[in-house]
Amino acid sequence: MEEHTNELHAKARELLESGEVKLFIGWAKSSTPERTRPAFITNPIDVGKLVWNGDCRNNLSIYLVRKEIRALGKTAIMAKGCDVRAIIGLIQESQIKREDVYIFGLGCDGIDETICSNCDVRTPPLYDVLIGEEKEPTVNADAYKDVAEMEKKDFSERWNFWQEEFDRCIKCYACRNACPLCYCNVCIVDKNQPQWISSSQHGQGNLSWNIVRAMHLGGRCVGCGACERACPMNIKIGLINQKLAKVVKDAFDYRAGMDPDAPMLVASYNVDDDEGFIQ
Amino acid sequence: MAKKNWNPKVVAFVCNWCTYAGADLAGTSRLKYDANIRVLRVPCTGRIDTLFIVKAFEQGADCVLVSGCHPGDCHYDAGNYHARRRWTMFRELMSFLGVDDRRLQFSYVSAAEGVKWAQLVNGLVEEVRDKGPFEEYQRLTR
Repeated sequence: MEEHTNELHAKARELLESGEVKLFIGWAKSSTPERTRPAFITNPIDVGKLVWNGDCRNNLSIYLVRKEIRALGKTAIMAKGCDVRAIIGLIQESQIKREDVYIFGLGCDGIDETICSNCDVRTPPLYDVLIGEEKEPTVNADAYKDVAEMEKKDFSERWNFWQEEFDRCIKCYACRNACPLCYCNVCIVDKNQPQWISSSQHGQGNLSWNIVRAMHLGGRCVGCGACERACPMNIKIGLINQKLAKVVKDAFDYRAGMDPDAPMLVASYNVDDDEGFIQ
Repeated sequence: MAKKNWNPKVVAFVCNWCTYAGADLAGTSRLKYDANIRVLRVPCTGRIDTLFIVKAFEQGADCVLVSGCHPGDCHYDAGNYHARRRWTMFRELMSFLGVDDRRLQFSYVSAAEGVKWAQLVNGLVEEVRDKGPFEEYQRLTR
């Protein structure tokens, strides 16, 4: 991925110099070698700071909905396949306009062994320019094997497993803050008149927080893994989102963030939707 | 272990136009059904946020029933269709997290189905009586 740095710099410089974009969002070196940090570049002279390597983890699309970013004008953004899916999700939900973003699609070899092991968007599904070559997807036959493992357990085993996970939850909401699709100005958990979800680190509040976040992302989560990486307590929240992604794929033949013109899953319905569970 | 004289608490979220009317019909027909059900009327099942159901469990429900109009009969055209999609996701999620799927149930009861309502409630409460209180949830710290 590093071998494309020159191509990246050249194209970024060209866009900024011509004024086609006013801002370039990418990654730059961070204070420690194994990390990168988001970079916001408005001056073409600074494009040399941009890097593209296996440490480019953050999903930069979270910045696209920020007022201060949008005020700057058309924005170019470096985006891996998963990041592009988030951008597509934001376009689907009318949070950004397609014409306001210039997507630097990145052919990606994977950033994280576990999160990236089942990626079929190694070549992003949408882009204005592709840096690097088109990559083959790596889809395993058992794409949802962790979900399948959980479903082998009976109810009380599952309950105990998740109680142990949620016991560690400190309600920092890093998962929410890292998620590009959690863009609500006032999150449900911030409402205290009435208080729907207890914000203290107790069993009830931890469980309801995780249930509600999963439901609010149902049919919207693009599986970028930002939440799981952000969690300071290593809770397997990605697994919950994966389960719901599998449910919507099986029940509604839908995958979030693949088609900007597709209607949102929960805003639409099919008269033939499954109802076998309804008496 | 369930305490002696324990009675199940079943909370039902029902839509005003179909199920609530059906339950009312059961009442006016003097059909006998279990009194352990608490009925909460909403305009349409589409109004039911999954958070309502979570809150019901938090506040001691042993079982939650959601019931509304048959497909095509929604007073607001498509509220029940939107809700149906939500339930598919929600029940799978709850089951994945270890909530026994018999504690969260769904039904279609129309305004004419007073008998169905009575039978449904009786069956449900019986089932919950067997399962016992939802202790795992009720023991969570708050």
